[in-house]
This record gives sequence, structure tokens and C-alpha cells, in this order.
Amino acid sequence: MINWKVILGIARKHLLSKLKSTVTATLGVTFGIMAYITLVSFMTGLNQMLDDLILNQTPHVHLYNEIRPSDEQPIALNKTFSPGEHIIHNIKPKYEDRKIYNGLPLLNYLKTLPEVKGATPRLGAQIFYLSGSIELGGTLTGIDIQEEVRLSSFGDYIVSGTPDALKNTENGILLGAGLAKKMSLSPGDRLQISTVKGDVYPLKVVGYYQSGIADIDNIQSYVNLKTAQRILGENNNYITDINVKLYDLAKAPAMAADIERLFDVEARDIQEANAQFETGTSIRNLITYAVSITLLIVAGFGIYNILNMLIYEKMNDIAILKAIGFTGKDVQMIFMSQAMIIGFIGGVSGLLIGWIFSLLIDQVPFNTEALPTITTYPINFNPWYYAIGITFALVSTFVAGYLPAKKAKKIDAVQIIRGN
Amino acid sequence: MEHVLKTHKVNKHFRKPVDFHVLKDIDISVQKGEFVSIMGKSGCGKSTLLYILSTMDTDYEGDLYLNGENISGLPAERLAFIRNKHIGFVFQFHYLLGEFTVLENVMLPAQKLGERTHDEIVARAMEILEMLHIAHLAPKLARRISGGEKQRVAIARALINDPDILMGDEPTGNLDSHNSANVLQIFKRLKKEKGLSLLIVTHDEDFARQTDRTIHMEDGKIAQQ
Repeated sequence: MINWKVILGIARKHLLSKLKSTVTATLGVTFGIMAYITLVSFMTGLNQMLDDLILNQTPHVHLYNEIRPSDEQPIALNKTFSPGEHIIHNIKPKYEDRKIYNGLPLLNYLKTLPEVKGATPRLGAQIFYLSGSIELGGTLTGIDIQEEVRLSSFGDYIVSGTPDALKNTENGILLGAGLAKKMSLSPGDRLQISTVKGDVYPLKVVGYYQSGIADIDNIQSYVNLKTAQRILGENNNYITDINVKLYDLAKAPAMAADIERLFDVEARDIQEANAQFETGTSIRNLITYAVSITLLIVAGFGIYNILNMLIYEKMNDIAILKAIGFTGKDVQMIFMSQAMIIGFIGGVSGLLIGWIFSLLIDQVPFNTEALPTITTYPINFNPWYYAIGITFALVSTFVAGYLPAKKAKKIDAVQIIRGN
Repeated sequence: MEHVLKTHKVNKHFRKPVDFHVLKDIDISVQKGEFVSIMGKSGCGKSTLLYILSTMDTDYEGDLYLNGENISGLPAERLAFIRNKHIGFVFQFHYLLGEFTVLENVMLPAQKLGERTHDEIVARAMEILEMLHIAHLAPKLARRISGGEKQRVAIARALINDPDILMGDEPTGNLDSHNSANVLQIFKRLKKEKGLSLLIVTHDEDFARQTDRTIHMEDGKIAQQ
């Protein structure tokens, strides 16, 4: 049976009597945890930002029609040539409409699936932008702006104007920021576009769209889906792409395979599209943890040293305690609780200072063309990291305190007392 | 007569650096309320014997009885409890915890035992300090008081759990004659007033002469008891 009140009382006395060493050891832990919290919040904040850069512009599953030669050539259907080796030269794909067959029913079906957060129709078209004597090639995409804003951070990339402005203006266009600069157009101005077939259509600029990727911003513009259909002279079930957003990103590959099997459409999932991006994220995380763990191990050695020193200084105390009836376990617990007190105080203050540092970094201005919505350095205030931080502080101090405490437990009181 | 402490054929070897038979077939006993001193030349094994009797040293052969119960070979936890409750110990160099006050030092064994409430322990500790005429030292830090005072505090600490026997390893060895006499008087009073059994190792002939019985040791054997 251990009388914790007495044990903790003795531990407290020891810590307070060697205040300098105690503070040094505590600061070691504080520094380690602080660095961990700051680093991990900052690094994962940046990671999150970089991930979002890609994720926000890539649908989880992208459905479209691909132009390609038929997998089954007519000759295979003719039994007279079977069995036999078929050699066909110069296979060409036949003309296929770019639209998704039964696009709207498919869209409605997708929306009923439980794992789907939402699905948006799109209509992409090659066009020319005409402004005065300038003629620029580009793409125009018809979108359901409300759904886009709800499902992705599309709204964040509208740097001038609002999503509602596009919705409420029938012939409105969200112009790519690069295009707007090239043609020196500002909201309210008019421009004309010409389809590949030669039809000219007037549009009104309602805002700028800036993805941060120059190649996109120099060609891409958005209009309402209905407007796009009218420009191309198609009816209202003509859509070329469907972007699907899932609740769980990990289900994308299975989902894509299912859709491809069930419908006559190409389905590409996000992991297929951005395989390298996952690798980058995990490597950055690895670096963060490697640095943090190194810091904490250094702090752990500090605690180990100081407790070891303390035990040498307190040899007499240990011998007395044992002589008056404290067990080896009691003595061990005295030193363990010292380590744990150091770990706890150091850990909590580390969390606190780390949090303050994160707040400070969160205030530092950070402007980048690529991310119009970001004005300060991104910080990830995930409470999970704080839980990991305090756990690591306690575990590392426990390990650092264990060996010295074990030594104190085994000290032979008779040897110490007789040695004097 | 009842034996508080009794040994039967206790033998001990020091194994390092060479095998040395330090205690040879020790048979001694201390009766209830008896004041016994152990004398002998340096190196005759009297301190070694005392540490065996105090249960701190468990590396020996033979049997050790406390209040009739054989306590040799008991697990360390149990021995710690016995030291705590039944044995009071006073060292030559007044071993106190320097960062604790006198009162806290005295209270510590009782707090470890945990049989009484905090207030009861404080009251009991003050009572003992008063009996030893050092109540005024209670709030002082243990390292700030004089050597004679320290030894009396150590005695107070040894008494806090009302032990069956008080052991001392040359408790006056480091004190001047005045303080030595003082400690001796305290021991005699404890025996007389409380019926406490005492077993004290000493070099001091005068001290030994004033005890009920003196055990003489020579070369690890009992020469006379």
C-alpha cells in the first residue's frame, strides 16, 4: 500500500529544494512540446493548404465521355473469322458526342447514393474570347454555381464579384483572372465569345476567377450551365462532365469502378488523378514527426540526467527513508512522481506556449497569388496534436524517470549509512 | 520473561573482496523493558549485527525473532512495515531529512504507517518533542539545528510509532560529553517511564556501565553477555 500524500509531499520538497534543476528539466520538456506543437500545427497547416490547392479543384470522381477507338472491332463479331488472329490496320475512333448519355438521370441517381455528398453537372466547351481586335483561345465551362459553392471551395477562388452575381445574371461570365488582365476587362464590362462553329455570343463580366495556377487562369472561364447550353445550341440535358464529391475520399476508387461498370461512361477517381500528392503529404508528416520526436528525446535525456543527479544528492535521504520503514517501491514512486510532475508541468506549459506561438504565426501576413483566400500563414489547430503532445511529454518523462527511480529503489540503505 | 528480540545462530559473511566470516553463531536476546548495550572493538561486527537486527540487512543465515515471530526471510515489503511500526532506529550521524522541518521529520514514520490522522500525528509528535525538551525547534529546518539537537530529534522520530524496541548505532559517538549524558538520560527515562526496550551499540564504557546489561563482542562472537 502506498501512501501517496506522503510520497508526493516528499517529491514536492525535493523538487522545490532543487528549484534550479527542476526548472531546467521542466524547461527541457516545455521546449520540446512547444516546438512539437508549433511545428506540427504549422507544417500540417501548410500541408492542408497544399492539399486543398489540389483537392478543391479535383472532384473525387470525375465522369466524362472519352473519345477512343472501340474495344470491340466488328470483325470479332463475325464467326467466319473465328478462330483466328485478327490483324486490323489503322483503327480510328468513330465520331462520338461529347455529352454523357442520360446525363441528368445519372446525376439524379448519383445524388441518391448515401456516400455521395453531392454531384454537379458541367458542360465544357472550346471557345474564343473576343475583345476588340484580340482573339484568345480558351475554355468555357457551364456550371451549377450554387452546388459548386456548396460542395467545393469554389467560392474562395472568386476574387472579385460573388457567386450570386453569376447566378442572377443570365449572360454573366466569371472570367479567369489572367484573361481579365490580358484583355483589361473589369466587372461590368462586356466581351464577346465565339464558339468553334463561329457563333458569336455577348457576355457580361460579373467577376474574376483565380485558381492560382496561371495556365488555368489564362484560359478558363465559367458561366451558368444553361447559358453554356444556349451558347452551344444544345438542349438542357446536354452535359459533358459530372463531378462527384464523396463524404469519404478513400471510397473514390471503388465508387469510380462501380460507376464505370454500371454506366457507359468514363469515371476517374481523385487518387488516380493525383497519385503523387498523397506521397508528398505523408513524407512531410514524417519529417514533422522526426523533428518533434528528436526534440522530445533530447528533453527526455535532460530529465534523465537531472533525476540521476538528484538521486546521487539524495542518497542519504533514500537511506533514511528506507531505515524508517519506507519500502523500495515507495522510494521509487517518490522519484517517479518527481519525473511525472516535471513532465506534466513541462508538457502543459509546452502546450500553452506552443499554442501561443501558433496564434502568433497565424497572424503573420502571407500573401500568395496561388491562394487568394489566404492572408496569413495557415495553422492547423487540431486538438488531437495537443493530446499527442501531452501524452508524449508524460511517456518520455516516465521513461526518463524510470531508470533512475529503479536505481533509487535498489539502493542498499545499510551501505549508505555505514559508508559514513 | 518475554523476549522482544532474539537471535538463533546468526551467521554472516562478507563476500567481497574476500570471504570473511564476520558473525559467528550469534545467540542473543533482549527482554521487554531491558536496556542492553553492545560493546566491542572496531571491526568485531557489532554494527553489522545491529543492522541485521534492524531488518535492514537481510543477507545472513540464522533466525531472528521479534516478539516471538520469526522474521528472517520475510519479503522486503513486510520487513519495511516491521521497521516502520516495531523498531525505532537512531544513527551515529543523526540522519535527518535536511529540507524538512523538525516536526515533519518526526512525523514522517507515522505518516508512512498511516494508522492515525494528520492531527493526531501532529499532536503525538509535539508531545514527544516536548518530552525531549525540543518542542521549540519544531518549525525549524532540520539542517539548521545543532548536532545534539539533531540527535534528540532523531530519537523523537524513532519513538513516533511507539516501537517495541529502540536500536542505536553509537548514538552518542558523535556528541560531546554534555550531549552524550543528555541522550543517556533520555534513554533511561524512556525505559523507566515507557517500559521501552533498548539495544545500543557503543564504544563508551561509561555509557555501557549505566545500562542494565552489556554484551561484549570479540571477533564476531559473543564474548560475554
